[in-house]
Amino acid sequence: MTHVSIHVLNQDSAFDFYTNKLGFKVITDVPMGEDGRWLTVCPPDQPGFEIILSPISKSMYSSETAEMLKELVSKGTFGVGLFTSKDIFATYEELKAKGVEFTKPPRKEFYGTEAIFKDDSGNWFSLAQLG
Amino acid sequence: MFAEQYPNIYLYRRIVQAKLFIDNNYADTIELDNIADEAYFSKFHFIRLFKRIYGKTPHQYLIAVRIEKALQLLRSLQPVSDVCYSVGFESLSSFSGLFKRIVGISPSLYLAQQQQLQKQINKAPLTFIPGCFAEKNGWLKNSNFEEAKA
Repeated sequence: MTHVSIHVLNQDSAFDFYTNKLGFKVITDVPMGEDGRWLTVCPPDQPGFEIILSPISKSMYSSETAEMLKELVSKGTFGVGLFTSKDIFATYEELKAKGVEFTKPPRKEFYGTEAIFKDDSGNWFSLAQLG
Repeated sequence: MFAEQYPNIYLYRRIVQAKLFIDNNYADTIELDNIADEAYFSKFHFIRLFKRIYGKTPHQYLIAVRIEKALQLLRSLQPVSDVCYSVGFESLSSFSGLFKRIVGISPSLYLAQQQQLQKQINKAPLTFIPGCFAEKNGWLKNSNFEEAKA
């Protein structure tokens, strides 16, 4: 698999979050006029895995669907991915210091230690240290 | 309850703060002894803990950050010499040598590749976008991108 898409509310803000807070790298950033930009990023050590930071545009969805989708994203409906860390506490402290919002601090569960954080749009990710 | 699961919270914070200090001050002259002092560690203990968490010594990490920032600046098509000094190197030769060792090509060649890439993006943006997404976004019908369809 080469591409996955994450709906974001604002591409400029998402760019800042994914690059400056999560440390992702920009793979492609192509301006497409008034329809936003084609913006893909990847985790630092996974250059072959592109995440499309996709605006919820009215050219892709009807106005009604776009508004509904924006509301669902912003209220944290969608869990969109899982990060694994070799040292979850260090990652947690670093992301927190950078202003990332955690809805669950690292906690030991039967399957490992897990935390949950949100991106700037409201999409949430699990951060886990397995084992 | 949280504290019981998280006994090394202060230790983690000190190491993380040292890492963030490097992230924020990579362009300046950074004395790693000073960071260890500020984190209240002996130099040896600090380097050992830093490497355990981040997989690199603080010095290796500083170099990696500088090279990564250099890559970003070169992608925005800034001249090699400007980039060299902007990211904290004091000599062009040491910058070029380290860059080539880590990235595999010289900074000037990397810049030339990025200039070429930018030209291609400006000329035919749609060639960088999977067709299904371009169509769904209505970009294939956009007259501003007629050249890309030719």
